[in-house]
Amino acid sequence: MSAVGAGVSPTERLAVEDLYARYAEVLDEGEIERWPELFIEDAEYLIVARENHQRGLPLALVRCESRAALVDRVQAITRLSFYAPRVLRHVVSGLRVRRRTDRGFDAQANYAVFQTLADEETTVFSVGRYLDVIVAEGDTLAFARKVCVYDNPLVTNSLVYPL
Amino acid sequence: MGEQIWADRPAIDLHWPAEGTTRVPYAIYSDPAVYTREQERIFAGPYWSYVGLACEAPEPGDFVRTFIGDRPVVLCRDRHGELRCYVNRCAHRGVQFCRQDSGHVTEWVCPYHQWVYDLDGTLVAVPFRRGVKGNGGMLKDFDLGVHGLQRLQVAERHGVVFASFSPETPPLEDYLGPTMVAYFDRVFAGRTLTLLGYQRQRVPGNWKLMFENIKDPYHASLLHVFLVTFGLFRADQPSSVKMDATGRHAVLCSQRGEQKTSDLTAELRSFHEDLRLHDPRLLDPVKEFEGPETVVMQTLWPNLIVQQQSNTLAMRQLVTRGPDAFDLHWTFFGYADDDEAMQLRRLRQANLMGPAGYVSIDDGEVMALGQNGVAAYPEAIGLLEMGGTGEGDENHMVTEAAIRAFYRYYREVMEL
Repeated sequence: MSAVGAGVSPTERLAVEDLYARYAEVLDEGEIERWPELFIEDAEYLIVARENHQRGLPLALVRCESRAALVDRVQAITRLSFYAPRVLRHVVSGLRVRRRTDRGFDAQANYAVFQTLADEETTVFSVGRYLDVIVAEGDTLAFARKVCVYDNPLVTNSLVYPL
Repeated sequence: MGEQIWADRPAIDLHWPAEGTTRVPYAIYSDPAVYTREQERIFAGPYWSYVGLACEAPEPGDFVRTFIGDRPVVLCRDRHGELRCYVNRCAHRGVQFCRQDSGHVTEWVCPYHQWVYDLDGTLVAVPFRRGVKGNGGMLKDFDLGVHGLQRLQVAERHGVVFASFSPETPPLEDYLGPTMVAYFDRVFAGRTLTLLGYQRQRVPGNWKLMFENIKDPYHASLLHVFLVTFGLFRADQPSSVKMDATGRHAVLCSQRGEQKTSDLTAELRSFHEDLRLHDPRLLDPVKEFEGPETVVMQTLWPNLIVQQQSNTLAMRQLVTRGPDAFDLHWTFFGYADDDEAMQLRRLRQANLMGPAGYVSIDDGEVMALGQNGVAAYPEAIGLLEMGGTGEGDENHMVTEAAIRAFYRYYREVMEL
């Protein structure tokens, strides 16, 4: 068991928390075009089924290997894909932050994403864990790596917006 | 399926329109009696259902838990190395004894009364068989040999495993027919498969909507703006639709083109000439199969779609979940001789497919909306007249011939 915060100052922890709050905000409040801004240029973003993650199988549900690939995802969501309108709500909890020996922080947190579709009750769309690497870029923090490992064995039809 | 214990099954109060397969009565997507008959005649019938890849269970004791229709089954390699498929249902009280998606066991033990089965499904031990202190126990003539797990027939071709509840199922190659075998072998013959991973989704639609979707190439050139925009699939590219002799199986073949405007794209409201990929590594396909086709989607009755789009390969297995829903299990694979770059290419192109796929999102969403429409109007009738009324092969994609062929066969099997 590492010491509480493992060398992370309260100010740094608050900055990490703020990054997660901003992350949820851009996805849930219609600012999807700003989502890539929360990542560094050579960031990696993966959504991975728990079974693949646990068994070491390399397949992801979404695999973006650069910020440019995140922009492509956004482009598809806003201009190319067909889907029924929906509202998502990301709830992030149980955040743990540790300082990395090279730079930045390892951060892990639980997430729950609720989905609301027309004519239906709101449902739990996905539940899982973020396994992230966060670094300073200028005077703000950004994701260098974000892996969303989802517990739900089935995706409720389509995953349109990022987790 | 053993002895019939009921006299009559629910009657289906439905008359197929006189026009035949150019019409589809919407009741077949929501009627519980239709669904019940489908389970009995199609999924438990004399047909080969896909149950897994041999590479998912390479060693004795390795297993995969899966379904045929909505019936739970287990695919397991026995101690002699033979692949077996049996019901996931204890012969005693019907308990679903296998709960993990996959794994390794040395024997099966039902949690309820600890009946023990060998990897081939044979019952090998029953606790308290001789009673306890002279009390109870099974009958003296209780025969372990006749109380094993209900076994299915198993057939394997080039590492792809199928199973059937019926002993009357013809040999797999005859069942598929020469055209389907040729396209199947194009992807699997002489190759050792490696498992890349799974994607799984629940689609709130009837299972037949999935087959219709893949048997209808013309929707892809309209609905899938991503494919059209980046030249992966367009109505003016060389294409074909081919069926087996019965119409139950089909392939759609097409050839990639360029991202460009034409008379055709002028007809598409949503074509985007200005769009480009910011990370073009997503679409960096290399040719690896015989022939000019860059996409071949094969639909095999009753539960499989074999997907080859550029370098992304997957088995899409349908699991029915009542008339209003089905699960789609995507098993992505590559070949044992893929180098690192090829494996990464397959993993990147997987972004096109699955529940979050640049292409497949559109399909899942349209099927859900389709179900909303057809289930609300069971008395209404759908239209399948694109490309005329024919049910045979076509050398273009502007046709619904493969859906008509599917329904010709479906009507025979279902007596509708």
